[in-house]
Amino acid sequence: MVSVIEKKNRKFKEIDYYQNNELTNYFLLPFRFQKINSNKEILVNEVGDFLLVPIGTAEKIILKKITKSENETLYFDLISSFFISEEAIPPLLNVLEARYRTKKSFLDQFTALHIFVISLRCEHTCHYCQVSRVTENKDQFDMSLYNIDEGIKIMMKSPNPHVTMEFQGGEALLAFNNIKYAVLKAKEEALLNEKHITFVICTNLAPLTDDMLPFIKEHNIMISSSLDGPAFIHNQNRHRPQRNSYEVTIEGLKKCRENLGEDNISALLTTTNLSLDYPGEIVDEYVQQGFRNIFLRPISPYGFATYNEKKNKYQTEKFLAFYKAAFEKIIDYNIQGYYIREDYATVILKKILTPFPVGYVDLQSPAGMINNVIVFNYDGKIYASDEARMLAEMNDFTFQLGTLGKSTYNDIFYGEKAMKISESWANESLAGCSECAFQPYCGADPVLNYATQGNMYGYRPTSVFCQKNMEIIRYLFDLMEDKSIEKLFRSWITGHSE
Amino acid sequence: MILKTKGSPYDIDTPIIGRVTRIPENQEYEIFISEDLFTKNWYKFKAVLSTIKIISSLEIPIIHSIKNLEHLNEGDIVIINTDGIVNTIYRANSNHNFLLFTERCNSNCLMCSQPPKDRDDTEYFFNQYSKAIPLIPKNCYEIGITGGEPTLLGNRFLKLLNQLKLELPETELHCLTNGRSFAWESVAQKLGEIDNKRLMLAIPLYADVYHIHDYIVQAKDAFNQTIQGIYNLAKYGQRIEIRIVLHKQTIPRLAKLAKFIYKNLPFVEHIAFMGLEHEGYTSFNIDKLWIDPIEYQQELTEAVTYLSDFGMNVSIYNAQLCTLPDNLWKYSRKSISDWKNIYFEECNKCDLLAQCGGMFASGTKKHSNFIKAISIS
Repeated sequence: MVSVIEKKNRKFKEIDYYQNNELTNYFLLPFRFQKINSNKEILVNEVGDFLLVPIGTAEKIILKKITKSENETLYFDLISSFFISEEAIPPLLNVLEARYRTKKSFLDQFTALHIFVISLRCEHTCHYCQVSRVTENKDQFDMSLYNIDEGIKIMMKSPNPHVTMEFQGGEALLAFNNIKYAVLKAKEEALLNEKHITFVICTNLAPLTDDMLPFIKEHNIMISSSLDGPAFIHNQNRHRPQRNSYEVTIEGLKKCRENLGEDNISALLTTTNLSLDYPGEIVDEYVQQGFRNIFLRPISPYGFATYNEKKNKYQTEKFLAFYKAAFEKIIDYNIQGYYIREDYATVILKKILTPFPVGYVDLQSPAGMINNVIVFNYDGKIYASDEARMLAEMNDFTFQLGTLGKSTYNDIFYGEKAMKISESWANESLAGCSECAFQPYCGADPVLNYATQGNMYGYRPTSVFCQKNMEIIRYLFDLMEDKSIEKLFRSWITGHSE
Repeated sequence: MILKTKGSPYDIDTPIIGRVTRIPENQEYEIFISEDLFTKNWYKFKAVLSTIKIISSLEIPIIHSIKNLEHLNEGDIVIINTDGIVNTIYRANSNHNFLLFTERCNSNCLMCSQPPKDRDDTEYFFNQYSKAIPLIPKNCYEIGITGGEPTLLGNRFLKLLNQLKLELPETELHCLTNGRSFAWESVAQKLGEIDNKRLMLAIPLYADVYHIHDYIVQAKDAFNQTIQGIYNLAKYGQRIEIRIVLHKQTIPRLAKLAKFIYKNLPFVEHIAFMGLEHEGYTSFNIDKLWIDPIEYQQELTEAVTYLSDFGMNVSIYNAQLCTLPDNLWKYSRKSISDWKNIYFEECNKCDLLAQCGGMFASGTKKHSNFIKAISIS
């Protein structure tokens, strides 16, 4: 570095004096590239910064055909965004280091989300659901108090000072007494262990009664419910003897909003074969119900996908068409002045447009399973993710990590199974991902690979995960060529816009 | 604004620093302003200032025959120099007080409003401020620290900041620095050890690429040092503001600079876009710098709204509302220090006069061709 004190004289010099003119060629920093549409390709560096450039640019950069004199703007864009450097070791390498650490800092605190499958019982018989049981047999299908206690013990051992305790089912509210026990117990333990807990109940709202609300309110429990679209879709998807799932859901939503406040209730969309034909109607329904967000969840493979490659590809194509049609409708609403964001895109856009990490367990690398989420099943078995317990219901226990009360923390989180899974949970080291431009925006899903392709490592050319995410990410970049859309996307990320 | 005056010194061998008063009973102050001939009260003070010619054999330091002392108010802190010059260090009635730590600088910005001097003044200023700081009222809301480049005082810079924290724990400190010294991590670390949560370091960053920034500040390697400095400051928990002066050299990559800041420096607390001030070097380099604010509206809008969309705290300084698109009005602050803030004749007709930041006094020399009263009815 030049001394800060010395200043030989104060005669002004021209700009050329300040350029590195001794340089004969630049150095490449790690980056990946990908065609976006017929005109543009994208360059993405290790921390997710990107440049959209005319097709052929990546080749020129790599062949060192970009020159300061002929391509001045591009040349300095490349330097400023850490794609090339004029020195073998870039002078601001530590900035890049800090940025990389920031992007991966969702790993720093380790597991936050602890899912308790509080009961497997349900009063719905949804045709796509593989796990729930319509039964009165609490002893067999509710989580025991012993297992609740043991689950809380594990949760208290998480290095993360902020943990989330999420109650799932079956229908969680059928075991409301056990939820009450669990919440009080967890709060007690949290005090002793200096942890901050967020509580979530996932429910179809059908069993919600007025006497539950005071407890839910008192303990700031968030309600995560389901809304699949207008009545004819919702009721078809979510079968109930009375065929009134939609009506009870809407009634429940209203009750929750009145009693718990707008922010404490959200709804998830499950896409089924039927839904795929009604993207517009589904978005309309969410707007009519006053939602400001909608989660067009990537289709779950557990209802659709099989080992059949062709069928998988076709189903994913259908989903993508549905996604785009719904997405356009959502953008229309925003343009007309009704703010509503699509959550899956927002996760990806945060990765693309901000320097911050995103803690969304289903799209990250290393994967969210174990690192950010763990599932305690009703019967005390421990799984790496929610999908892993679905597999177990089909008698495949590959992702079962242990048993509450028996396995130690280290057995579960650092045991042989976790080690095995970890070999395939970072897209940085997966063939087909390691060289992909979208890698920093995407994730890895060993459970899905295993369920659809027979092994955790997976094979990208026929992967539904890859097919779906590649296209959604490409689509988002394509849309962002319109600057007003990019601006809209910024408002989805931060919730406000100027 | 008068900050300096001169008279004939008597019996002053070393600079005297103190608060001025015209009330003889006010003995807690150090320097008496007398418009009369000698009274016994003079002996109660460390020095006397007077407009009258005094031929004295008293053993009191005196500066007499001063043309005018009207600019001095009760409690103002001054330094009386051996050559008869009386400089105001602190104005009791102003919210725009600046402590100029040194006139030396390791940069030489094209648009510097206070061109640096190369003589070593660090000891002089250190002595001045270490005596003046304890005299500043404890309820002082805010003080600016400026230069030159204040950090060139080295350890004395840190000592003064330490003293400021001890003497004025409730006062907001706004330190203008080019940040380059903090590229040496130990400097940032020592500043971190002072641990003053009221200290904000305002650091200019003029481009997202090194050569433009280095050219504007006329110093090789300055860009890299400043960025390293900002990172080191952040590492030691310091509060940082980024300042960007708007002119012909900064406008072309302004939106890219905004993106660079959000991507690489999202931890900064405030980003200020600043209109050009026609002082110091600016007139000399005006051909390289001048661009009518009307012509950079688009670039400024893109940069400001981008940062604001992402939740960054953004301000526009030194801008007249009639030169800004109306969606940027809410970012405009009345930022110009009281003594150099003016408005034009035309401005009296403007409905937004009260909200407008107005103009530097030096703006009479050159200003936007589009200054025009706004009518909101």
